[in-house]
Amino acid sequence: MDAFGAIVIRDLKLAFRRWSELANPLIFFVIVTSLFPLALSPDETELRTIGVGVLWVSALLSSLLALDGLFRNDADDGSLEQLLLSPVPVGITAVAKILAHWLVTSVPLIVLAPVVALAFRLPTGALPVLVGALLLATPTLSVLAAIGAALTLGIRHSGPIIGLLVLPLASPLLIFGARATDLAAFGEATAGPLYLLAALAVLAVSVGPIAVAAALRVGVE
Amino acid sequence: MTQTAPASVPGLAVRGVAMWRGEQCLFESLDFTAQAGSTVLVVGANGAGKTTLLRAIAGLAVPTAGRIEWRGIDVRALPPERRGEIAYRGHTEGVKRDLTVRENLLFARRIAGSAADIERIARELGLERKLDVRTRYLSAGQRRRVGLAALRLAKARLWVLDEPMTHLDAAGRRLVAEWIGRHVDDGGVAVVATHQPDELARSGALVVEL
Repeated sequence: MDAFGAIVIRDLKLAFRRWSELANPLIFFVIVTSLFPLALSPDETELRTIGVGVLWVSALLSSLLALDGLFRNDADDGSLEQLLLSPVPVGITAVAKILAHWLVTSVPLIVLAPVVALAFRLPTGALPVLVGALLLATPTLSVLAAIGAALTLGIRHSGPIIGLLVLPLASPLLIFGARATDLAAFGEATAGPLYLLAALAVLAVSVGPIAVAAALRVGVE
Repeated sequence: MTQTAPASVPGLAVRGVAMWRGEQCLFESLDFTAQAGSTVLVVGANGAGKTTLLRAIAGLAVPTAGRIEWRGIDVRALPPERRGEIAYRGHTEGVKRDLTVRENLLFARRIAGSAADIERIARELGLERKLDVRTRYLSAGQRRRVGLAALRLAKARLWVLDEPMTHLDAAGRRLVAEWIGRHVDDGGVAVVATHQPDELARSGALVVEL
């Protein structure tokens, strides 16, 4: 547990010291979501109709921007090799790195999302569901991203390839997340898609680190 | 080629190892054993496969053929609690440039589960005044020293070092040679790839030429 905490704290420290890397996905998210209302009609109904989709697609794409750095920096400076050779089980290392990545990329996005949603005239009643759905979807996304990043460690500029690997697998998150938010905007029951997101999160968090650990071993060879 | 270093306790065993890079065979039928208290110097021209062999010994690469064992267990199958017995230092330092020397060493210590005195090791390395400096502001040689300091933090019995003298000045080279000597005298095994075997030559050292 000591090693797990050490990895999480180190990665958080590094993320805040390289704040531009941290800010890029958030800036992208804010810019894309702010441009849509400007480009489209300011009509409230139209904004509300497209808003949920725009929010979820922007959130997904902005998350992809930070994927390459998940293991790349550690691989380049040799610290990944040191972690893999340490007595810390590789699965624990993977979970710690995924948690740190989720904290620095997804949590700020989850905090910002309700503010951005207001620009699309989403009813305030839908905001807790939006936040809840993002809270359930983003851990799965981080795990999928980690698998993609680990598998492509040996490839330079692997960002687009990771996107190709992760996006198809992440499409259920987009579908269920947008559906839950949409239903909440119209005051309907949201349990179905939220349960599905939760099931995916449990599956990803329990099985994903094993896949990441295996991919990391292959990736450093 | 088959050679055996002296002594009796089982240590490192490289048995019939071959490594290929794509279509090119780097080396094959490589056999040697190194018992506790031995130094193995791996020498050869650039591209001969020194780094590849060292990565395989550390368990980071899979031999195309053959088997590498540490104390009777395949290095790739060592359980996590025994992985700490092998320390590897490659061409990269394994040091985070946005962390200070102290933060890097503290992290290495926590990962290794060690209680070593960081201040003392920093003094040995001549880095005591740099402890709170981010390693990006150090010279390449100083960063190399920080990376090598992790060897002293861990409790590894097998040191696998890929050209550890790179970027080091004369004092740094002497210190590393002294560390390796002390490690081997304490019953450890050191496998070192080097272009200057004279600096690390010890009586009984096994030289593996690729």
